[in-house]
Formats: sequence, C-alpha cells, structure tokens
Amino acid sequence: MIELIVADRCTDCGACIEVCPANVLDAGQGGLPVLARAEDCQTCFMCELYCRADAIYVAPDCDRRVAVSEAEVLASGRLGQYRKHSGWNEWAEHYPNEQWLMETVFRRAGEAAAQTRAVRPEGLGGKE
Amino acid sequence: MISSSLEELSLTTDVLIVGGGMAGAWAATSAAEAGAKVVLVDKGYCGTSGVTAAAGPGHWWVPPDPPAAREAAVTNRVASGLGLGEADWMYRILDQTWRTLPTLAGYYKFGADDEGRVNYRAVRGPEYMRALRQQVLSHGVTILDHSPVLELLARSDGSIGGARGQRRQDGGRAYQVEAGAVVLAAGGTSFLSHLLGSRTNTGDGYLMAAEAGAEMSGMEFTAAYTIAPAHSTMTRTMAYSFATYYDAAGHELDLPFGPDQTLRLARALQRGPVYCSLHRLPDDIKARLHTISPNVPLVFDRWGTDPYRDRFEVVLHNDGTIRGIGGVRVHDVDGTTSVPGLFVAGDNASREKVAGAISGGGNVNSAWALSSGVFAGRAAARLARGATRRGGRLRPLGREPRKGAKTVDLAALRDGVRSQMHPFDKNLFRTGDRLAASADVLEGLWTEMADHADKGTIASRETAALLATARWSVATAGARKESRGLHRREDFPSQDAGFATRLLSGGLDQVWVTADTTSVTAKAGRLEAAS
Ligand SMILES: Cc1cc2nc3c(=O)[nH]c(=O)nc-3n(C[C@H](O)[C@H](O)[C@H](O)COP(=O)(O)OP(=O)(O)OC[C@H]3O[C@@H](n4cnc5c(N)ncnc54)[C@H](O)[C@@H]3O)c2cc1C
Ligand code: SF4
Ligand code: SF4
Repeated sequence: MIELIVADRCTDCGACIEVCPANVLDAGQGGLPVLARAEDCQTCFMCELYCRADAIYVAPDCDRRVAVSEAEVLASGRLGQYRKHSGWNEWAEHYPNEQWLMETVFRRAGEAAAQTRAVRPEGLGGKE
Repeated sequence: MISSSLEELSLTTDVLIVGGGMAGAWAATSAAEAGAKVVLVDKGYCGTSGVTAAAGPGHWWVPPDPPAAREAAVTNRVASGLGLGEADWMYRILDQTWRTLPTLAGYYKFGADDEGRVNYRAVRGPEYMRALRQQVLSHGVTILDHSPVLELLARSDGSIGGARGQRRQDGGRAYQVEAGAVVLAAGGTSFLSHLLGSRTNTGDGYLMAAEAGAEMSGMEFTAAYTIAPAHSTMTRTMAYSFATYYDAAGHELDLPFGPDQTLRLARALQRGPVYCSLHRLPDDIKARLHTISPNVPLVFDRWGTDPYRDRFEVVLHNDGTIRGIGGVRVHDVDGTTSVPGLFVAGDNASREKVAGAISGGGNVNSAWALSSGVFAGRAAARLARGATRRGGRLRPLGREPRKGAKTVDLAALRDGVRSQMHPFDKNLFRTGDRLAASADVLEGLWTEMADHADKGTIASRETAALLATARWSVATAGARKESRGLHRREDFPSQDAGFATRLLSGGLDQVWVTADTTSVTAKAGRLEAAS
C-alpha cells in the first residue's frame, strides 16, 4: 500500500490524485497530496509511474500497513525505480520495453519441463 | 453538449461506454470512428484503472498467412475449450486483433525482438492503457474519470437509454448521461481478492446488466487462481514458469510447470505454507526481468528478498471471472445482449464462446477484449444513429431496498463474499454439499442487502454486485454436476457429455440456472446449412 509521499520532492502537480484508480489521495493544504483513504489502496504502483518527481513510495504489502522511514527510502534509491525501469519519460531511451520476451520465457520453461519429465518420468518420487 | 446545474451534471451523447479498460477504450475509439459522439466514464481513471493497466496482456495473435496456422490455432482451442467454444467466433477475434492492434502504433511503441522484428501481440499494461487513453482523447471522446456508474436508465419500451453515476472527486455530485446506446465494459471481478489491479472491478457491469434484464453465461467458471508472493498483489506468472517449491520443512514439492500446476499448488497450500525460489530462471532472463516486467522485481527488491537465492512464501489469489470466463451472455461477437440498446465487451461479457471451458488468460481474453470492444463500439454507434429516441422519460433500474433503508454493514457483507468465493475447498475443489452451504450463506447476505441497503452509494452498489455475482456463480456450479475445464466437482470428477452445453443464469431476488438451448439449435442449424 502507498506509505509515503516525500514532501520535499513533491511539486504539488496533482497527477497522483488524478490517476489513482482507487481514489486514495486528496489534495491537502497547499496541494501536497494526503493519504486520505490508504486502506483502499490496491497496491498497483500506478501513482509511482505518473509521479515525475519520484516522490511516492508504495510498499509491496497489500494486506497490512508497514512502517516506512523516509530517510531509508530516500537512501535506498527505490524512489522512481519503477518509472525508470519502465522507460517512462526521460528514461525512454535507456530502458527498452522487453515485454515481448515473455512468450520466449514460457516456451523455454515448457521445453525444460518436458525434458525433466523425459529424464524423470516419475516426478520427484510421488511426493506431490 | 454539457449542461449542468449545481445538483446534477447532465450529458447527452450517442454512445456511452461504461468502463475504461482495454475493452472500453477500444469501444470508444471504434464508436467515434463510426461517427458517433461518445462519452466514456470510469470508476477510476481511464489509463490506470482495471486489470489491463497493471498487467501485460499478451494477445491471441496468428497472422492470416499461412491460413493453415489459424485453422490449427482454432482447432486446438475448440478442442481445449471442451465443447463450449465456437470456431467462427474465434476466427473473428483472431482476425480483428490482427488488424486492429498495429493501428495503435502512433501511441504505443511496440517492442522489437533481438532480430529487430516488431512484436505486436505482447504489450505492457500501463503503457498500453496510456496509449489507449491518448487515442480515445484524440478521437474527441469525452472522458469522465472517477465517475462510477451506479445504475442504468431504461426508456419506456425497456431499451437502455443511459446511466447515472457519481463524480467522486467532485463531492459525490450526481451525473446522468442520456445515450442512444450503452456499452458495458466494466470488467470482471476477482471477488475482492488481491489480484493485481482488480479493486475497482466488483462486477458492477453484471449487476447492472441483470437489472436491465440480461442473462449471465458461464458463471460456474470462476475457479481460476494465480500465484503471488504472500502479502503482495503481484499475480504475474512468467517468472514462476521456472520456480521451485518447498514445504515449511524445506522439502522440495513436486509442482512441475504445466497445466495442473495451480491445482497441485492449491493442494499443497491446503496442507501448509509453501515457499518458492526462482533460482532456476535462466541467467539471461534474470538480467532482463526488470525490463520485461518492471513491477515483478520491485516487490522483492523492496522487501530485501533475493528471489534467486532466498525462499519466499507464495499464495494463490482468486481470479474470479477475470482469468475465469463467465459474464453477460452475448448473442454475437459485437456484444449484443438480450436487452435492446445494451452491449457488453471485454470481461463484462461471457468469454465461453472464444475461450471454451478453460481460462482465457494469457491470450484469448485480450483478443476478445480488443475485438469485442471494436465490434460493440461500432454496433452501438450504428444503433444510436438509427434510433429515434431522445426526449422520453428515463427510468432508473437500480433496486430500492425491499423493506426500507437502514444501516447495513457493507464491509461485513463483502467479507462474506470473500469467505465463500476464495477458499480452495469451496470454490476450487467443489462439492454439491459445500456449494449448497455457500448458497445458503450468500442468500442470507443478499436478503440483508436487498431488504435494507440504500442504492445511492458506490459501496452499496459494489457490494450488491459482488453478492449477485457470487450467487450466480455458486448456483451454476451447483447445477453443473460434472467436471469440465475450470469447474471441478469432487463429487462428479469426470466430464459428462450431457453437460456439453453452456449454462445461463440470472435473477436477483430469485436466482435461476438453465441450459443454453439456443446454442445447440444454432449449431444444428449451421450443420444443416453446411451439409
Ligand atoms: C495479472 C493479469 C495478467 C493478465 N494477463 C493476460 C494476458 O497475458 N493475456 C490475456 O489475454 N489476458 C490476460 N489477463 C486478462 C486480461 O487482462 C483481461 O481479460 C482484460 O484486460 C480485460 O479488459 P477489460 O477492459 O474488460 O477490463 P478492465 O481492464 O478490468 O477494465 C474495466 C474497467 O471498468 C471500470 N469500472 C468498473 N466498474 C465500473 C463502474 N461501476 N462504473 C464505471 N467504470 C467501472 C474499472 O475501473 C476498469 O477501469 C490478465 C489478467 C490479470 C489480472
Ligand atoms: S504526482 Fe508526485 S509530484 Fe505530483 S502531486 Fe503527486 S506526489 Fe506530488
Ligand atoms: S498504488 Fe495504486 S491504488 Fe495505491 S495509491 Fe498508488 S495508484 Fe492508488
């Protein structure tokens, strides 16, 4: 769930409020978004993609709130990591979209599994 | 076109699209291309909302040349669909997907493989939906974000002439759209599991279609589940094709990659926690995972877990009708329902005719969402143009509480739905007794809902939709006394030729299930015509 908006980085652009599909955020005083309904967060990370200031941190935990230290998150380099690896905005030329590789991975997995079956037809001794 | 008062925003349009995932966005584009004035409304934000946006839909994709390739693909799917698929529907969505997807090139940068060949079929969700939103806007479509539809509006002859909803980022202000035709593309439902991107998909489109008089089809096929690291939403499966699983004692489990892997995993999870390691993922893929599916590694990274060395706990999240296949019964690939003026597209529609009795996830679902969107948008535009409609009084179709409104604990009702639709022993490994018990529980919850809940809030409409959908699912699963595809009955473990038919369901106060006899007649008719 969304846990942190770094006030120093936020430009009050409002993009996260607009794009959050679960309507978690409200504009607070002076425009800084507040986590008005954090319990509605669906942990989809979309707000991070649309935050050009890399001010948002969504913890991967979807069924529990976790304590997050702003200093640690800032130091970790994880702010903006998703946007960067997705090749959004200024990262477009640096991180290619390689989604097309997915089917290759499934195919290779299928081949590997078939090979294992051929070598060990009994599986792992029927342990299930 | 827009006239508003303080109380209510009121719009008039040719075509109203409800839901802005891939199906709704393609429908809006095609309706606009056909010359219609179009309004698209979404509960969340068209571009990030829905399961398309958070995932990476790989489309069913077979070029027309050589023709034998499509024939083979369709023949295989008809066979694996176990008698419920229709070859001609499959050909139509294969063809439409192949024609349409590349037209998005102005908005989406399709990837090129290592040989430089452009790959159209595999798109990444956030970029795909961002592109679709841009395309929709460039066609002059009016988008209302954060504007969940609460109920449909009917004309005096019962045909659908618009919808009402709430602007939730505008103080909950009411709005109404009067339209010549309506396309429901509000997605499927995971019954509020933590399936990635599915929180806004609460089956609203099923409820609203039923209130208008439409039937459901294939609602028993809700027993799809997808793996995710425990406590996460990350139901993306690719990396798990090379996974190794362990029980709590650290013994390796025999869960080979293959068709029944999910079932075996569910069995293992019934015995205790299951842990996973991705160390067998080939090194070249490990090195590129963050540029294939950037949201997958970020979960591990933020937890400080090394998935290639550490063992992490995994769970299965219910896919409901999303990677399952039930939905509103459609009479044609263009999403025609039994209700005049009402079309459905994407996961809002039953996908049995294109997917058969097995999951449409992985390829068919996206091809269907795209194609049914394109067809439905076009058909709705045609209908809206021909209709002489405007002006008459529109009747809201949401039900008033039967016994008078009072405070209802909606959160408890939603938990009740989860408690019947998520556990493996109830929804994945089914028996007649357990289904009957679920039906009883859901009936009690529905009574509370229908008797007393006010229809005016988003939360109450979502809860009603979840309950209605769960009741249809459980009733249909009870009626299908055999096992077929995604539907597994422990008391009827084998397939029964007598059930090689689709099951329709519906009803709000009184749930009903019946065999779809028209499909059988239609088939016979075609066979005669061909011979
Ligand atoms: C993780 C994951 C991976 C998948 N991968 C694949 C794949 O590789 N290949 C494949 O074929 N399929 C795949 N699928 C299935 C595929 O993503 C869906 O079938 C497809 O995206 C459905 O599109 P849709 O437009 O019907 O629904 P959605 O994208 O879910 O859109 C529905 C929209 O309706 C809106 N809405 C809901 N209620 C209302 C209301 N009351 N008023 C207004 N709007 C409303 C929602 O906010 C949402 O924006 C996957 C699914 C998941 C969950
Ligand atoms: S998107 Fe980022 S910069 Fe804009 S308001 Fe939200 S947190 Fe601030
Ligand atoms: S993770 Fe998704 S649901 Fe949560 S705040 Fe961000 S955009 Fe909203």
